[in-house]
Amino acid sequence: MTSAFDAHSTLNDSFVSNVKSQVASGARFAALMASASGDGVRVFAVMSRGGKLHVEESMVPANVRRFPSFTPEIPSAIWYEREIHDLFGLSSTGRHGFEPLILPLADDAPRPRPGSGTKLPWASLNMTPPLTRLSGEGAFTISYGPVRSGVFESIEYLVETTGEVIPSLNLRVSYKHRGIETSFEGRGVEDGVLLAERYEGVASVAHALAYCGAVEKIGDIEMPAQSGYVRVIHAELERIANHLDTFVRHVEAAGQAVAFARLSFHKERIQRFRSRMCGSRFGRGVVVVGGVSGPPMLRAADIVSEANRLESAIAADLTLLMGTPSFLDRLRGTGVLATSTVVDYGALGPVARGSGVSEDVRFDRPYAAYGSLEHGRVDVTGDGDALARQRVRIREITVAFALIRRSVEALDDLGEPTDTVWSTQVPELSGEAIGWSEGPQGEILTWVQLREGCLTRVKPRSASFHNLMLFPLAFPKDILTDFAFIEASFGLSIAGVAG
Amino acid sequence: MPWIPRGLRNGIVTTSYPRRLDGYDTGFRGSIEVRDVGITAAVSAAADNCPTRAISFVNGEVQLDRGRCILCGRCADIAPEAFILSTNFATSTLQRRDLRIPVLDESDHHLTLVRDSLARRVKTLRRSVHVRHVDAGSDGADEWEIAALTNPVYDVQRLGIFFTASPRHADVLLVTGVVTSGMALPLRDTFDAMPDPKVVIAAGVEAISGGLLGEGYASSGGVEGTLPVDVFVPGSPATPFGLLQGILVAVNLLPPIRDGDAEQLITVRGRTRRGAR
Repeated sequence: MTSAFDAHSTLNDSFVSNVKSQVASGARFAALMASASGDGVRVFAVMSRGGKLHVEESMVPANVRRFPSFTPEIPSAIWYEREIHDLFGLSSTGRHGFEPLILPLADDAPRPRPGSGTKLPWASLNMTPPLTRLSGEGAFTISYGPVRSGVFESIEYLVETTGEVIPSLNLRVSYKHRGIETSFEGRGVEDGVLLAERYEGVASVAHALAYCGAVEKIGDIEMPAQSGYVRVIHAELERIANHLDTFVRHVEAAGQAVAFARLSFHKERIQRFRSRMCGSRFGRGVVVVGGVSGPPMLRAADIVSEANRLESAIAADLTLLMGTPSFLDRLRGTGVLATSTVVDYGALGPVARGSGVSEDVRFDRPYAAYGSLEHGRVDVTGDGDALARQRVRIREITVAFALIRRSVEALDDLGEPTDTVWSTQVPELSGEAIGWSEGPQGEILTWVQLREGCLTRVKPRSASFHNLMLFPLAFPKDILTDFAFIEASFGLSIAGVAG
Repeated sequence: MPWIPRGLRNGIVTTSYPRRLDGYDTGFRGSIEVRDVGITAAVSAAADNCPTRAISFVNGEVQLDRGRCILCGRCADIAPEAFILSTNFATSTLQRRDLRIPVLDESDHHLTLVRDSLARRVKTLRRSVHVRHVDAGSDGADEWEIAALTNPVYDVQRLGIFFTASPRHADVLLVTGVVTSGMALPLRDTFDAMPDPKVVIAAGVEAISGGLLGEGYASSGGVEGTLPVDVFVPGSPATPFGLLQGILVAVNLLPPIRDGDAEQLITVRGRTRRGAR
C-alpha cells in the first residue's frame, strides 16, 4: 500500500508546531482529518499553499488520549478538534472547553472510530446544556431550533442577547449527525459515489467529483476527455441552482412575493433542466469512478438554447433585484466578515470571495475539464457583507453559464469517446489519496482509503463544515431581524456539517 | 412597480397536476417497474449489485422494495428486461409492505381497513391542510424538493395545502431523513405537540428504511422506529410530484395506489377533480 501523502512526521509535538509554523508563513489551514488505525488514530493536517495541497501526518498511539491543540494560533482548528474528540475520544489540550460538536456522548462511551471497520451499535446521546458566554443584567438565550419555523434542515442556534443585538451566537449541529462516514466502510468504490452524493445532497455532483477524484488519483486513472466536460456541465448547473437558492431565501426573508415567485420558478427550471439531461434533479448518477455514466440526454443545440434562455431570464430578474432598494437595504452592511477574519479562518467559496479572497479550486487545482477551459475566475470584493457575497454569486452564475456553453462546444468538437465508453474501467485498487472540487459552497476535500477495491475510510470535508464556523463571527453589529439574511448569504447545508 | 409586470411575464406556469399529468413527467426517474422474466442470471446479478439490497426473491418471484430503492438504476443497466426505469412518481402507499412490488398478497382487505380508518381520521381536513415539516436527518436535498412545492410551478396553496411554522395547528407531519439519534426526541415532541387528528408522512427512502445508511450508531433506519407512519413516499429524494401525491393521499384527496399502475393513475386523476375543488 502506498501513501499518497508527501510528508510524514511521527512526533505529536513537532507535528503540531510544524503545522502552526507553516500556517504562520502563509499556508491556509484546510482541514484536520483522522482515521482509526489499529488501536491508535492517524491524524492529518491538510494545508493549501499556492494552489497546492500539503499534508502533515501524525500517529496518536492507543495509550494517548490527548494531542496538543492547534488553537489559538489556528482558530479554525477548533471544530476539527471537537469533531475528532466526538468520533475518536481524543482531546486536544487547548484552552477551550470541550463542548461536543457532532456527537455528544458520555465521556466513557465507546466512540464510532471511523476507519476501524467496526460498527458501533445505536449510541444514546448525552446532551449537555450549551455553554453560555454572555452574562450580565438582561442577558438571555434564545434557542432557535432544531425544528425551526419553515422548511429548513435541523440545527439549533443559541442566540445570546440582551434584546436586539447578537453579541454571542452558539450553534448545535449534532441533531442531524447521521454517521454517514462509517457507512462507506466495507463498500466497493461504486457504492462510495452514491454515498458521497448523499453526504451533502444539494452538492451531490461536487461531492461525487471530490470522491471520484481521490479514487482516480489512487489508481492513476485517466478518463476520456469528453467525460471531463460532462462533469463540468453538471457541476456548474449545480452551482447555479445553489446560488439561486440563496437568492430565493433572501427574498423570502424580505417578504418580496413576486421576486420569490420569479426566482423560485427559475430554480425549478434549472432543476428540470438538470433532470432532463440525466434523469435526476440533483445530477445524481452522472459522475462515476473513471468518468461519467454517459453524455447529456439532450442534443448540444438544445442545451445551448435552453442555457441561453435561462441565463437571460435569470439575469433580468437578478438585475432588477439588485436595483430594488428594499432588498439592498437588508443586505448592505449586514453580516460583515472582515478580510482578516476570512484569511485567519481560511474561509471558502463565495463567503471568502465576498471578503476579498479569490481562491477557487476549479482554477487553482483544476480537475474535470476546468484545466482546458478558459479561465473564469470572478472578481472579488472586499466589502464582506451579505450584499458582497450575493454579488459574487451573480458573477459566478454568469461564469457558470459560460463554462457550460464552452463545455458543450468542446463536447461537440470532440465527438463521442472511443467505442462510446464514457468511463475508464477501474481495477481493484489499494492506497489513499485526497480528491477535491469547488462545490457551490466552496472547496470540498475528500480523503479516500482503499484496500483491494474495498473502502476502508472515506472522510469528506464539506465547505459547509468549515464556513459554518465563521457564521457566529458575522454578527458584529447586526440585530435579530438580520439573522435570516446572514444565514442565507452563507448558503450552507447542515447535512454537510453534521456528517 | 417594476416587479408586477415581471410576475405576469411568463403567463401561467403552474402544473395541471393532479387534474392532468404534467408534461415534465418524462424528465426524471420516478420509480423502477418490475417485469416478470423469472430469476435469470442477470436478475440475480442485479439483486447482488443493488446497493441497498432492495431486490429479493420471494417464493421464486422477484420483488423490489421501493422503500429501499434509491433509483440509482444499476439494476436497469444489468437486467433491462426485468427492471425498467419509469417516470411514474405516484408511488405512495399506506402500508410499508405495499412498497414491495409486485404486491404478492392480492387480498386488499387489510388495505381497505387502513384506508377507511385514515379517511375517517382526516375527514375534516380536506379543504385546508397544514403541513409541518421536520428534518430528522436528511441529506439536504429533500428540503429543496419540499420547498419547491411552494414555487409557482407546484403552488400547493391552490390545493389548500399550507406549510406551517407551528405544530399547534399542523395536520400533517412530513418527515425527511433517517431519524438520527439527535432528532428522535425533537421529532417525537413535534408529533406530541400536534392536535388530533394528525397524519404522518415518511418522505424519501431515508425516512422509510434509512436508505443507503440503513441502521447505524446514529441512524435509526427510518421514521417507523419513532412514530406511526400513515403514508410512505419513496424516492431519493422524493420528487415534488411524489410529495404532492403523498400529501393528497394522506388527506384522502387521492386514493393510494397499489403497484403504481398507470391505468390507476388516470382513474385517480378523474377522482381528484371532484375531490379537490
